[in-house]
Amino acid sequence: MAFKQISSPHAHASQNTAKVMQLVLWATIPGLIALTIHFGWGSLINLVLATVTAVIAEALIIKLRGRPVAFYLKDYSAVLTAVLLGLALPPLAPWWVVVVGTLFSIVIAKQLYGGLGYNPFNPAMVSYVVLLISFPIQMTTWVTPAALLPEGISHPGLIESVQIVFSGLNPADGVTGATPLDSFKYADGLLVDQIYAQNPLFSQAAFAGLGWEWVNIGFLIGGLVLLASRIFTWHGPVAMLAAMTLMSVIFYDGGSSDSPGSALMHLFSGATMMGAFFIMTDPVSSAVSNRGRLIYGALIGVLVYIIRAWGTYPDAIAFAVLLANFAAPFIDNYTLPRTYGHTDRRRATEKEEDS
Amino acid sequence: MRTWITPGGVHPPENKHQSVTMPIGTLPLPEKLLIPLSQHIGTPAVPCVEVGKKVLKGQKIAEASGPLSVPMHAPTSGTISAIEHRPIAHSSGMLAPCIEITSDGRDKWKKHEGFKDVENATPAALVKAIGDAGIAGMGGAGFPSAVKLSPGYQRPIHTLIINATECEPYITADDSAIRERAAEIIEGIGILSHILGNPSNIMIGIEDNKPEAIAALEPHVEDTGISVVSFPTKYPSGGEKQLIYILTGKEIPSGDLPADIGMVCVNIGTTYAVKRAIVDGEPLISRVTTMTGDACGINRNYETLIGTPVSHMLANSEFNEETCSRLVMGGPMMGFSLTSSDVPIVKTTNCILAPSYDEIPDDEPAQPCIRCGMCAEACPVSLLPQQLFWYSQADDHERLEAHNLFDCIECGACSYVCPSNIPLVQHYRHSKGEIQKARAEKVRSDHARERFEFHQQRIEQAEKNKEAKRTARREAAEKAKAKAAASPEKSASTAGGGAADIIAAAQARAAAKKVSPEQQQAKFERSIAGAEMRLQMAEEKLADAGEGHSDEQKNILTAAVEGARQKLEQAKGRLAEHIKQHNGEQVD
Repeated sequence: MAFKQISSPHAHASQNTAKVMQLVLWATIPGLIALTIHFGWGSLINLVLATVTAVIAEALIIKLRGRPVAFYLKDYSAVLTAVLLGLALPPLAPWWVVVVGTLFSIVIAKQLYGGLGYNPFNPAMVSYVVLLISFPIQMTTWVTPAALLPEGISHPGLIESVQIVFSGLNPADGVTGATPLDSFKYADGLLVDQIYAQNPLFSQAAFAGLGWEWVNIGFLIGGLVLLASRIFTWHGPVAMLAAMTLMSVIFYDGGSSDSPGSALMHLFSGATMMGAFFIMTDPVSSAVSNRGRLIYGALIGVLVYIIRAWGTYPDAIAFAVLLANFAAPFIDNYTLPRTYGHTDRRRATEKEEDS
Repeated sequence: MRTWITPGGVHPPENKHQSVTMPIGTLPLPEKLLIPLSQHIGTPAVPCVEVGKKVLKGQKIAEASGPLSVPMHAPTSGTISAIEHRPIAHSSGMLAPCIEITSDGRDKWKKHEGFKDVENATPAALVKAIGDAGIAGMGGAGFPSAVKLSPGYQRPIHTLIINATECEPYITADDSAIRERAAEIIEGIGILSHILGNPSNIMIGIEDNKPEAIAALEPHVEDTGISVVSFPTKYPSGGEKQLIYILTGKEIPSGDLPADIGMVCVNIGTTYAVKRAIVDGEPLISRVTTMTGDACGINRNYETLIGTPVSHMLANSEFNEETCSRLVMGGPMMGFSLTSSDVPIVKTTNCILAPSYDEIPDDEPAQPCIRCGMCAEACPVSLLPQQLFWYSQADDHERLEAHNLFDCIECGACSYVCPSNIPLVQHYRHSKGEIQKARAEKVRSDHARERFEFHQQRIEQAEKNKEAKRTARREAAEKAKAKAAASPEKSASTAGGGAADIIAAAQARAAAKKVSPEQQQAKFERSIAGAEMRLQMAEEKLADAGEGHSDEQKNILTAAVEGARQKLEQAKGRLAEHIKQHNGEQVD
């Protein structure tokens, strides 16, 4: 009798890449719901538009590269990139902003580097930065939280939102406005307490910024689900959030007019939680070892705070993640774990083991 | 008792219950048994029987051939029917020398008896008996037990660890052997302890998924100083390094053996074989092997004769080839697939796994590595499998070694958890092979370079010596000349004498250098023989150059033949001249 020759191990766990990606997609739902409640239909439209563009672009490029299209599409990685980008872009952004961004992330930042697993930078963040630099007005126009809309005005309905996105129709006055991070940055000459008292974004919020605090809580919940499912380890997110907390405590400056804001505000504003659990945890472009991920995470936390506090951009997740992506291979060289039977950890670059 | 926790590890479905519903059974005697000469680490055994010879059960049929070799014995009585290369159980499906015995059906033992007084036997005698019984580690590696137990270590052994972990899914060979043979196993451990000079610490390491086996051992270890240590089930706790860490919290330094830190680790199946060898005088000719998997109607353990064809086992286990997805020797994590069921059970075969497609489906195609790091979380020796995979694909040997590739125990935990279905272990095996090849090549080229450099140095030295001599002679001559010119009178009186001295000295040198005519003749004859051989070779080459060669090549070969012929004639001419001259001298 003849049998197949197959390399060990013969048993396999039931986990697969598509399931991992799907689980991450499901975990974005709390954040998406919070975004939709507080900022209207825009995020959902972004998400659908980006997903359709990403799948088409991915299929075309895979075909051009002469690879089996169905096999690669089934890994859901293009969908995940699109969803993350869609969530990061401002709601009600013009359709071409979303399409250009998605094309850039799939075609340039991912496929031109060799496709899934070979991109040195987080594709969604690459295109986010490209869009931010190319179309600053569209990229910094955020929708006002529902609770702060002027009397008699509400967020556009689904159909009206689609029209705004595709026809360039301007939304009604007051529908768009500043974010908490913007308000804080440009509130010169006011003490922290004064900002909190005067700006309804803060005065009507529970603890950080109206609407935004719930969006961050949504992504935090999704992130904790992923952590519990062992999709990633705690090292990266915890290091990033801890570094941000530490930085904002050190530089709080007693709430003076120069203060960059409280730790609570930084943790629950902007894209902090999404960045900590959905962006920097992208394994392809991050550091590999647990120790490496501690350093990588802390680096992102510090960079985010520095750019927010003293840079010209109100939020900084994308820049910080990209800079850390650059550093990841370097971090990897010096953060190998200690292997069984060795007295010390080794460096990836050493030629002979020091004894 | 305290146990330590290894990093990583996985929890694959255990699937052990299927094969322990029945006690250890025996198979009908196979018609033919095939005993490979290499079932262990080390050089193959050398046959000491001829084809056609009748042998009795337990009779030695092959001798150990070196320090890491073990002898082989006839598993049953019968006739040696072949000594030749046959397919054996090896991951490459290769052929290897084997002895085939056709059973006579009587299964008649040779006369044998064990040690009467084990307590007073010397460790050396016991170790020799274990070596003669052909015992090699039965856990999988097949390291000759006698070598492991040999005295002469730099450091005394303080800890003896008996490995009853059996962490691979499906396998229950050790489990069932412990349940049924606990007393004999403990007796075997006693013998090992005696050989090793009664280590202060003797532990049986066993996973907590074998409560029946633990219960069976406990009454027998009372008052023996042996402790049964159970610990949480996790794959791969049964690796020697892992088990030592779990039980003692100590790591074996990379590249060292357990004996280097005063420990010896022996598989529990081996202790039973030791007991049989020492107390009963029976060599290792059978072992407990698990036959399991859904493609077999009967799942159970058998006391299997070494050399039993796997097909014989399958035939007696209601095997259904249609439903069988693959045939594995060993467990589902580290076992290797068999391409043919004609191969025999050997001393290290603890399991034959014949899973159905539902149990172990065909592998899915590998997807790209997304460096998710699940493999690093699963690795029991704290490697970064994702990085190793990356550098393995790039053939970056330096990086692979810096990432401690050679500390990989190939347990397969990384591949088990990989969501992209990448056969990581296969990549690591390939890279290990490539690096070893490169190392061997480097050693060879280093040798060649050293030889060449030495040769160059020698030639230079010889040249220098010659040059020095020449200079010395020239200087001496000049000095003599100058002397002669300075005192012409004196030189006139001594010139004749001085010249005569120089000539005499030169003649003496020439005489010293000159070889006897016989030697000279022999030298000429040797050069003729050489020239003849070269001519013959050149002619053969020309004859071989058939259709495939161009005219130009043929011309070159023809010219070579012609050249060789001329050289031969020259050599012959020189010899003839020498003989003529020599004879002439004699006539004179």
